[in-house]
Parts: sequence; structure tokens; C-alpha cells
Amino acid sequence: MKRFYLSPPVAALLLAVILFLLSGLLPNGFGSDLNVARAQALNILRLSVFLGVIAAGQTLVIISGFEGIDLSAGSIVTLTAILTYVTVSGADEKVIPALLISLAVGGFIGFLNGAGITFLKISPFVMTLGMSGVVTGAIIIVNQGNVTGKVAPIMTRLIARPFSPEFPIPNALIIWLIFGFLMWLLLERTTFGKNLFAIGVNRVTAKLSGVNVTGMNLAVYSLAGALAGFGGFLVVGNTGVVMIQLGQPFLFPSIAAVAVGGTLLSGGKGSYWGTMAGAIVLTLITSLLTTMQMPDSVRRMVLGATLLLLISIYGRQRALRQ
Amino acid sequence: MKRFNLNALMTRNPALFALILLVLAIVVNYILQPNLFARDTLNSNMRVFLPIILLSVGQAVVILGGGIDISVGGIVSIVNTILATRVGLEGSPEAMWQYVAVSLLAGVLAGAINGFFIAYLRLQPIITTYATSFLYFGFALFILPNPGGGIPAQIASLYRNTSPLGLPLAFYVIAIVLGAWWYIRSTRYGNYLFAVGGKAQAAYETAVPVTLVQFSTYVISGLMAAFSGIAITMLSGSGNAEIGSAMTLNSITAVVIGGTAMSGGVGGVAGPIMGAITLGLIQNIISFAQINTWWETLVKALIIVIALATPGIINLFKITSQRAIGRPE
Repeated sequence: MKRFYLSPPVAALLLAVILFLLSGLLPNGFGSDLNVARAQALNILRLSVFLGVIAAGQTLVIISGFEGIDLSAGSIVTLTAILTYVTVSGADEKVIPALLISLAVGGFIGFLNGAGITFLKISPFVMTLGMSGVVTGAIIIVNQGNVTGKVAPIMTRLIARPFSPEFPIPNALIIWLIFGFLMWLLLERTTFGKNLFAIGVNRVTAKLSGVNVTGMNLAVYSLAGALAGFGGFLVVGNTGVVMIQLGQPFLFPSIAAVAVGGTLLSGGKGSYWGTMAGAIVLTLITSLLTTMQMPDSVRRMVLGATLLLLISIYGRQRALRQ
Repeated sequence: MKRFNLNALMTRNPALFALILLVLAIVVNYILQPNLFARDTLNSNMRVFLPIILLSVGQAVVILGGGIDISVGGIVSIVNTILATRVGLEGSPEAMWQYVAVSLLAGVLAGAINGFFIAYLRLQPIITTYATSFLYFGFALFILPNPGGGIPAQIASLYRNTSPLGLPLAFYVIAIVLGAWWYIRSTRYGNYLFAVGGKAQAAYETAVPVTLVQFSTYVISGLMAAFSGIAITMLSGSGNAEIGSAMTLNSITAVVIGGTAMSGGVGGVAGPIMGAITLGLIQNIISFAQINTWWETLVKALIIVIALATPGIINLFKITSQRAIGRPE
């Protein structure tokens, strides 16, 4: 018997649309004003970009399997955001060096994660958790209570503002679409992507089929670090200010976005489109809860219950009896 | 010829490395703080370590069973806010013990919610307990929106200053926990726990009630989190809905330093208890070593990472030396 089946990314997107339409009925919702509705929708999409990009590295690491997870993503975001802020200090011409520094620093931290996991056989959860502590320590030393810096006008223009008055799509969204396309190419159209899924399904068979498992592991964690670094660069371009807790709130939502998007946390199966949809759903729920005037306590409980509901639909593991 | 085989020794006694770390931490701490073993110092240290010790024991049971529980901090917060609001600073001891019972029930219930979703609905442990941690922290904040409230001073001092036969209260609690653990290990349930953590599918095929065992680990973790919440409330004497938020990751670190594998099925609770004490001692050492405040977090994190990496480094070194002399691996 064929069962009615929606793929997780589609289901997540549908859910987002329905939730968004329902939110129009709220007392302070957009009601019947289409312009306000469009503006709100675009704003939520713009905010999803940051979670979406940070969750990209998480997607790769989780697909690679072997209990793969990156708990250092949040602190890498904070570190590269601060580095960008300090390096750029208001000058347009320093944006490219700052971006390169962010990618390099993130990639280096990711490489250390990968090295610890591959060579010292530390479990990914523990290695990246420990690394998160080290990076947080480094942030505190770099920061020393306050930093002086400034984001460049061009960053604000390219990340936080819409494309043009006639075409009010946020630039960040355009960046994200290009980024999503590149991620799709990487996962579905390259040897790297094929090997990634292969090691996620079964490391032994992948190795026997000629995949360089050690090299892949190092590459995946380095890339995940670099992508988190890119996330930090984007986040500071949007907020324009830095603080020591900038990245940490993105950490667990990035894992949740991957799970909601239908990527198996045990590895070997998943897509970046799913993660994008997951990031949109999570951002939407969070912003809806913020606009609904309710106490922080109720908001957190509703968020927890919604997350449980979402993963109950798609996060289920194989049954023991088959 | 008898050969020293570190690897085999560590596999058989996962807590051995934790013991070495603990002794090392005690020695360094003793050098920096010569009155470490004085009755008052010992007591004041152990009463601070006890909440994390209790939390790590629960976490260890879940990790042994192949899961993870990142909602334990939320359960600690719920218990803390229940006690601080319902008993109050002027409350009677009877009210306190009554609400201690309520707190334990709350912990068991919260653990049962986790266990239901993970064992029966088969959701991923990390993401499920992340979601329920929102529920629990939200509920704690609902009970006590702003820090305040508290428990009567004489009950707090009961926890802080009781030291039968000159030994800290925590020693007795640890002895009870270890006794209970050694009993559990010898039962059929103990075997089931290791079987499920080692390989759930194989355990299922040999008629182990996998679902029930997985469920039970979260209930135990919830109960231990409630005990931890009671301890930390008696230690601080006041209420704060965020009190548990920093404790979750510490409990996981303690379990890992204690030699319990994250993949489940290997370890025990003695290791995590030593791990939790080591973590507390590292904090002590850092404050006594007069490290620049800005550097404290980094130094602590580096010590932990090095501690976690050491078995791997030793292993790596051994493999290279074996290759060098041509001995088969």
C-alpha cells in the first residue's frame, strides 16, 4: 500500500506558509494588508539567512555520520564576528580581508576539531564541546570586556538592506539563494558530496570502496568551521554590533534546523534545501512568539512544545522491529 | 613476559584514567592550598561539588544506555523554583520535606516525558531533550519569573554544615549512590543497561526490553537532577530560574572525563563522580593559581581538552612506536 508522503523540506516549508498565514489573524498581525504581509514575510526570510548559513556546516558534519555534530559552531560565529568587526573598523576596502580571515580562522578551528576526532579518536560531541570552551576562552581574551571596531557601510548595504526600492528583496536573501545553490552543487554534483554520503552511510564500506575517510573527515570539519566563520561575518554585517554571546544562541537551533529539514542525525541522508526550510520554520516560530505578547516563560514552553511536535513528525528513528 | 598494556587496562577499568586525573588535581590543589584536607575546607568544597556530582551520575546512566540528556539543567531549575517559592524563607521544616517529595516527583515526571518521546516515539535524544529543556526552563521561569524566594536558613545550614564523624555530608551521599550503583550492576537490569547502550538492535534481538530500559534511564536522570536541584537549593538558599543552565554541559564533561564513552555501553558512575570532583578542583586550582581573570576560561577549557585528548595521544604514540619496531598492531 502506498502511503501519502511529503518530503521533509516540502513539509517544513508548507508548515511555514500555513503558520505565517495564520499569524495574520493575530491581534497585531498583518490582517488584510498585503504590503505589510509581504514586508513581514521578507523580514522573516532575511532573518533565517543567518541561521541557515550557520546550519550549513552543521548539515555537512551531520551527514558525514559517525555521531558527527559541531558544538563549536556558536563560538566560532562569535569569534569571527568580533574579528570581522575589529578588522574592518568602518573601512570598505578591508571587507574582503575580513571575510578571508573569518573563513581561515573558522576553517582552522574546524581542522583542529577534525584532527582531534580523526587522530585522537575523541567523539565529535566531546571534541567540539571542548573546542567551544577553548574558543570562548580565546574570545574573552581577544575581547577583554570591550572591543573597538565598526562594520563597513558596504557590509550593511550588502547584508542588511534590500536590493533596491523597486525590487525590495533583501540582499542577504539573494546571497543565501546563491549559497544554497553552491551547497546543492557541492552535495549532489561533486565527488566530495558523493564521498560525504558514502562515509555517512558506512565508513567501512566507504573505505573499502576507495574513499579517503581520514581526509574526508578532516575536510568536512574544516569546511564546517569555515562555513560557521562565514556565518559570523554575515551576522555582524546584520547586527552592526558585537557581544560575547552573539553566536551561542544559534548553536542548538542550527542542529534543530538540520533535524527539522529531514536530515538524519545518524548521518548518510539529508539535503541543504531541508536545512534551509528548517531554518525558515524555526526563525518564523521564534519571531511569531516574539510578536505575540506573552511572558518569556510561556514563550519558551511554546517553543519547546512546537519543536517536539516538529521532530515527532520527521525526526523519528528506525523502529527496533522491522 | 608481562607487558604493560595501557589500552587493555583502560578498557577493563574505564574509571582508571579518571582516578589518575583526580589524584593529579588533588595534588596540584594541595600544593596551592595546603589546608585542602582541613575539615572546613573539605566540607565547603564538597558541598559545592555535590550538585554536579549528582547530576553527572544521572547523565552517566543515560549515556551508558546510549542516549544523552541536555534537559537536566532545566529540571534542576524547576526543582529550585518549586522549593524557593513554595517553602519560602519563613517556611517550616515540614513544608520543606513535603516539597522535597514534590520536587522528586517533578524530576521523575520530567524524566518520564523525555523517556516517552525518546524510547517510545523513537526521537533523537539530543534534539528531544533540547526541546524539552525549553519546556522545563520555561516552566521554571513561569513558577519564578524573577530571582528571589528561598528556603529557611536552618535547613540550608543543615546541608552546609552537617559533617557526621568529621566527614562532609557529600561523602555519605556518594557512598549511598555508589552502593546503589553496585547493587544495580549486579541485577538483571544492570546487564540490560549495558546491553542496550552497547548495541540496541542486538539487545532487542536477544529479548532485552530495550524500550523500557531506555525509558528508565531518563527517569533515573530526572530523579538525579531533582536531587541535584535540592542540593543546589540548600547550598544557595535562594531561587533563580536560570540556576541550572550552566550545569548541563558540566555534567556531560564530568561523565566524559570519567571515562564513560559517549557512544554508550562502556563506563560506570564511579568515573563520572571522580570527573565531577576533578572539574570542581580545576576551578579551585585556577582561582588559587592567580591566573589573570581574562585567561581563566581559556585555561580551564584547555586543561579539559588536554585531559580528554591524553588517552588518544598515548594511543597514537603507542601505535607509532609499535610500527617502528615492527610489532603487529
